[in-house]
Amino acid sequence: MIIGLGHYLSVAAILFTLGIFGIFLNRKNVIIILMSIELILLAVNIDLVAFSSFLGDIVGQVYALIVLTVAAAEAAIGLAILVAYFRNRGSIAVEDINLLKG
Amino acid sequence: MIIHAIFFYLFAGVTVASAVMVIAARNPVHSVLFLILAFVNAAGLFVLLGAEFLAMILIVVYVGAVAVLFLFVVMMLDVDFAQLRQGFLNYLPVGALIGAVLLAELLLVVGGWAIAPATTPTAAPIVANVSNTAALGLVLYTRYVYFFEAAGVILLVAMIGAIVMTLHHKPQVRRQNIAEQVARRPSSAVELVEVKPGQGLS
Repeated sequence: MIIGLGHYLSVAAILFTLGIFGIFLNRKNVIIILMSIELILLAVNIDLVAFSSFLGDIVGQVYALIVLTVAAAEAAIGLAILVAYFRNRGSIAVEDINLLKG
Repeated sequence: MIIHAIFFYLFAGVTVASAVMVIAARNPVHSVLFLILAFVNAAGLFVLLGAEFLAMILIVVYVGAVAVLFLFVVMMLDVDFAQLRQGFLNYLPVGALIGAVLLAELLLVVGGWAIAPATTPTAAPIVANVSNTAALGLVLYTRYVYFFEAAGVILLVAMIGAIVMTLHHKPQVRRQNIAEQVARRPSSAVELVEVKPGQGLS
């Protein structure tokens, strides 16, 4: 029973799909949507590290590090927007966010 | 090898199960805790892949910073989360349909695809007899130093943006104005009045 590249890619594919599914399922809750985006980025990271390990190339891990940075920055900015929005409107329901719709 | 397989299935199974719980939990606090569990098990997968440095970074950055940030925000916002879950089942069919299609496509791509290892050129081969952290540092600070600095700039911009967005001054609050205090002189602050005896100040 040898665990190959395909196993890791399958896990990453399932995680990615669960992230997309979570965005659809929790259409009203921005916090869960942000967590789903974190899941998607985690799936991408697993892909990068798996390819890096199985192809014997360290560059994949460098890219995974960059993705990790961007994910942390995205979470910080997203939550800051959420806090500022809640302070102004008193709600975080996604349907209420329609000021830019015209 | 069998140990490797057992741990792979353990970590992968717990990761996927906790990812399901992240999107299905009723309480957002439970979602955050399951997100932490998913990240810790993904770090286990990274260790199995030989990327120990990234595994530790994943735990430090995600469990130590991002997940705590999520917990703070969830507990700070006074939101009726039960009301936000209204219509949860309305979106289930379309979400399940799109998820199933996407998963089938991804698994077909993974399954029907083979790499020829001999012909794939490597940009920076993993150096033997060097630990993962040292091997990463050997390329990160030399060939990919601009990526590294760009990552630092991204974090700086994110930090400044988050502070600017969440910091706000209330107009009623009186704040210390150091320049005004330093610029204060006896001529502007003290008035000498010569008071005649027995008359007092009018």
